[in-house]
Amino acid sequence: MQIDFTHHQSAHCENGVVSNLMKHNGFNVSEPMVFGIGSGLLFCYIPFLMVNHAPAITYRAMPGFIFKRFAKRVGISIKREKFKSPQKAKERLDANLKANNPVGLQVGVYNLSYFPDEYRFHFNAHNLVVYGKQDNTYLISDPVMEKVTTLTDKQLEKVRFAKGAFAPKGHIYYPTKLPKELELKSAIVKGIKHTCRDMLAPVPVVGVKGIKFIANKIRKWPKSVGIKKTNHYLGQIVRMQEEIGTGGGGFRYIFAAFLQEAAGVLENPKLKELSVEMTKIGDLWRDFAVDASRLYKNRSNKTDGYNDVADQLEHIANLEKQFFKTLKKAV
Amino acid sequence: MKKNDIPQDESNLKSVDFKELVYAVDDEGNYTTAKSSGWTPKTIALSNAIEDIEERIQKAKQRVQDGKTSPLEYYMELHKMDIGILASYLGMWQWRVKRHFKPSVFKSLKTKTLQKYAEVFEVSIAELQQIPND
Repeated sequence: MQIDFTHHQSAHCENGVVSNLMKHNGFNVSEPMVFGIGSGLLFCYIPFLMVNHAPAITYRAMPGFIFKRFAKRVGISIKREKFKSPQKAKERLDANLKANNPVGLQVGVYNLSYFPDEYRFHFNAHNLVVYGKQDNTYLISDPVMEKVTTLTDKQLEKVRFAKGAFAPKGHIYYPTKLPKELELKSAIVKGIKHTCRDMLAPVPVVGVKGIKFIANKIRKWPKSVGIKKTNHYLGQIVRMQEEIGTGGGGFRYIFAAFLQEAAGVLENPKLKELSVEMTKIGDLWRDFAVDASRLYKNRSNKTDGYNDVADQLEHIANLEKQFFKTLKKAV
Repeated sequence: MKKNDIPQDESNLKSVDFKELVYAVDDEGNYTTAKSSGWTPKTIALSNAIEDIEERIQKAKQRVQDGKTSPLEYYMELHKMDIGILASYLGMWQWRVKRHFKPSVFKSLKTKTLQKYAEVFEVSIAELQQIPND
């Protein structure tokens, strides 16, 4: 069976899945809208957690949070389930497909056969839509891919029951109750306020303070862990910021696109100005990535370059602090 | 980022003929999406990460040959895992997995335990006890 489902490519998987599911249900909600209302933008250094043998840094909210907040704020109900038994997980998926209901799934990337080998790491917060089944093959709409694809039932079971940090445990989700119209205006304001609160949080590892925290770490790493590891850590930061899924500039461009769209919905020209501002900050993140890549490319033993990129991050942190203070007042 | 400035560098995406979506502003200052074949700063970061894994695998191999660790550590690195990830796939405590890295302990492992490892690494028990020579 195959559900009539239209695939749209997106930058980020979770926003993309939500946006595609909403479009399927007749609501034209863009990816930036989902991201903004769900308060996806964040910066957080996660202490004590190592990913690929480097410190864990995230530029986005926890997996699942974006959809949860989005649903609550626009007034839709969602159902989400996790499973212990792969058999039950499969039965529930099949029942939904039979009922003509495409569903979102959280999966691990490591065994995702259609990804290039180089991208297959133990990362468990990827999302995709299943929109049909033919014999033992599931029809997959993975929002970061250009086209739809397929996975066999064995392959799908493997990625649904990947292990490690944020293990998906067969996580399945879909909207259940949809209102006649979405409450976009109030949802946008709530989304923006929440993001401002997160980015200005008085916690040393979160938001603007988190960016400064990392900048300080970068200054210290060459001495405390050596140049080789520092380069590895820097590379990891750039990958988290720029790899497939962020839309560029550590989600800053998607957020700017959201502000621009929100300016229209709320008829608030100030948000449009702030969108331009955010784009500039996104460009600075890109510059940081370029300069950091020069450091880890050359692998030179000089340590002065690290202070330069740390300065860049501090500058970005100061700009964002001002930015989110202004944004908070603008809505 | 301006739409015209979207990087179209060669990257690891080429092998699967795939482009990613990025957000950028057009000439009128409106946000739009466009495709990018890749960007060198992150391609370097990715290839460094892959080299790092290669190095870890080679080191683990050497340690196995020197009798300092069991083949399990080699297979763990080969699958880009760390002890935490491996332990959660096995459903064992991390200290137990670490213990199995000792060659003397590894030799006396029960078939049942070996089978668990073999399933995670998708190899036979015979392969598990030997690391490939190249």
